[in-house]
Amino acid sequence: MAADIAGARRAPWMLLSPSLATVGLLLIIPMLFIVVYSFWLRTATGADQVGFYLDNWIEVLGDRFYRDILFQTFAIAFYTTVICALVGYIPAYFVANTPMKSKAFLLLMLMLPFWISYIIRTMSWINILGTSGALNTVMLSIGIIDEPIQMLYNQTTVVLGLVHYLLPFMILNVYVSLDGIDKNLTEAAQSLGCTGFQAFREVTLPLSLPGLAAGSLLCFVLAAGTYITPIVLGGPRDAMFANLVFEAIVTQLNWPLGSALSLVLLALLGALVVIYTRYLGIDQIAKSFK
Amino acid sequence: MDDTKRYERLLNRYRDGDISRRTFLTALGAAGVVAGVTGGPMGMLAKNARAATPEQVRFDGWGGVVSEAFEKYAFAPYTQKTGIKVISGTFGGADEYIARVKAGQPGEFNLAHLSGVFDYARYHGLELTSELNEANIPNLKNVIPTLIDPLRKISGGTLSAVPYDYGTTGIAYNRKYISDDEAKAKGAKLMVDEAYKGKIGGWGEWKTRIWYGALQSDQDPNNIKDIDAVWDMIRSHRDLALKYWSSGAELMSLLAEEEIYVTEGWSGRIKALQDQGHDIGYLDPAGGLGWQECLFVLRGSPMAACEELLNFMLEPEVAIAVAEGQSYPPALDPNKVDLGKIIPTLPAFDPKGTLASLSFFDPAYWNENEADWSKTFSRVQRGY
Repeated sequence: MAADIAGARRAPWMLLSPSLATVGLLLIIPMLFIVVYSFWLRTATGADQVGFYLDNWIEVLGDRFYRDILFQTFAIAFYTTVICALVGYIPAYFVANTPMKSKAFLLLMLMLPFWISYIIRTMSWINILGTSGALNTVMLSIGIIDEPIQMLYNQTTVVLGLVHYLLPFMILNVYVSLDGIDKNLTEAAQSLGCTGFQAFREVTLPLSLPGLAAGSLLCFVLAAGTYITPIVLGGPRDAMFANLVFEAIVTQLNWPLGSALSLVLLALLGALVVIYTRYLGIDQIAKSFK
Repeated sequence: MDDTKRYERLLNRYRDGDISRRTFLTALGAAGVVAGVTGGPMGMLAKNARAATPEQVRFDGWGGVVSEAFEKYAFAPYTQKTGIKVISGTFGGADEYIARVKAGQPGEFNLAHLSGVFDYARYHGLELTSELNEANIPNLKNVIPTLIDPLRKISGGTLSAVPYDYGTTGIAYNRKYISDDEAKAKGAKLMVDEAYKGKIGGWGEWKTRIWYGALQSDQDPNNIKDIDAVWDMIRSHRDLALKYWSSGAELMSLLAEEEIYVTEGWSGRIKALQDQGHDIGYLDPAGGLGWQECLFVLRGSPMAACEELLNFMLEPEVAIAVAEGQSYPPALDPNKVDLGKIIPTLPAFDPKGTLASLSFFDPAYWNENEADWSKTFSRVQRGY
């Protein structure tokens, strides 16, 4: 009897063990390595000095430079998210209200950008916005401008590149939310005297907010963690926090400092996810990938 | 068959006219990689050295026309002939590569086309250097002594690499907008000229930025007295610059597309642009920055096989073919080796073989300041 109870208690853990092992090996243990690294020091030769030092944490948490870049990173991520939400809602609404036959094709179109490398997609803007790019060439040829306009390598192009990268994530999340709304609700609202716009504002929009929030969270987190886009499309000053992590680890060969920086970013973005989960539930994001 | 004899026989056949240049280069690429792959020590290290298994070998270089030259004249023909895959990796900068090596295991990375005495010193500091048996590299006697001596000094008399080529980081400018006379008159200060605001570029690497900041503030880059003046010059350049480029390909694209009119540039890359028909001028200003590149053997690599390969790569025919392909003069001493007709036309070529007109990073001075300056540059770059 006792053996049966013990066996019954062990069974869930046995069933969970593959998942726990995967998460432990691929997530928890590497993360612990980073935590340990963050307390080491870089020596003058670039080698690491093993020990328990708080120097990196004091520098990262006490230095205004890192705070400023962090704010700049979150500002860029915020602008990107807002633009994605505004621009992404319309196609999501369109896809959700399209007859079933066309819907599959439109969803396929949404997925197409994922088949092309993110770096290639980012670099494509150089050929569009460059001095001898498509846009300048067209405007010059039809006489709108006399000489090429400098459009590249500033914060606006960084945001543009991020919007281009993240828009499909927003559209898919909003689409899933809109697709799940019972159409009878909007029809009922209209039958009770609402105009089409009122029905959208009072029924559809509130019911689609979880999808919008999930898309926003995904866009914000991915945007805040990027470093390729500022390198390719940014000017000398347009850095994001991940660029500092890259520089600390690669350029300065200061892995301990880079570890502390990456943990700060992880903690802040993790906190955001926790807050979101507390109030809205993380399962909304999962729906868009089903 | 003994590798040395095979190489000698191959070379003799080429010299006697029995085989064409193309066939020779194809065969030497094959033989060269064989040396790096199938030597005796490799058999013992095969289990530990991922890139050194008989199926593949690891070589890392700068990408673009530089790696193309290596691949074209050595590695691709070899793969075609033997079926052994050459993993030809690239890196955008020495910092990036050293981070990869640090994260790897001994033997995972074998040969690298590294830059400068400065990096050699960094690798030595990280105990990544190997010790070459120079008796196995007789062609080392043809290399310019000025290039060998600084390496030997760092590693206490031994060598972990052989110098392979050299070049300069000078000022490249679009002749459509900037004349040769103006470039010559302004020198390094051309890159902080407000007249070209928004059309200036620069390599986003801290050493180069500080070197040019020193020149712009009239200081000796190897003995900077007023570092604040240098940071001010870097800030001025930053505020006038459109873009810090991070690779040779990006440098060429920015100049070719006329996104920028002036920047520092690597002599070989600018030559490649000129050969493509772009009217780009190139100037080594007073105190201009020279550098050498070496074929570096990392600790944990199969030494005898690598030495064999290095000696082979230093054969004049091979070194000249690669040099012409990548547009950087070979490290061979023009007083000892006939470098042909094309090499003397390459930018930065020194016919005397003394390299007295070039300035190089003083490794001791720059390594001493590396931690502080690289971190400060990161801040200055971002507006501080």
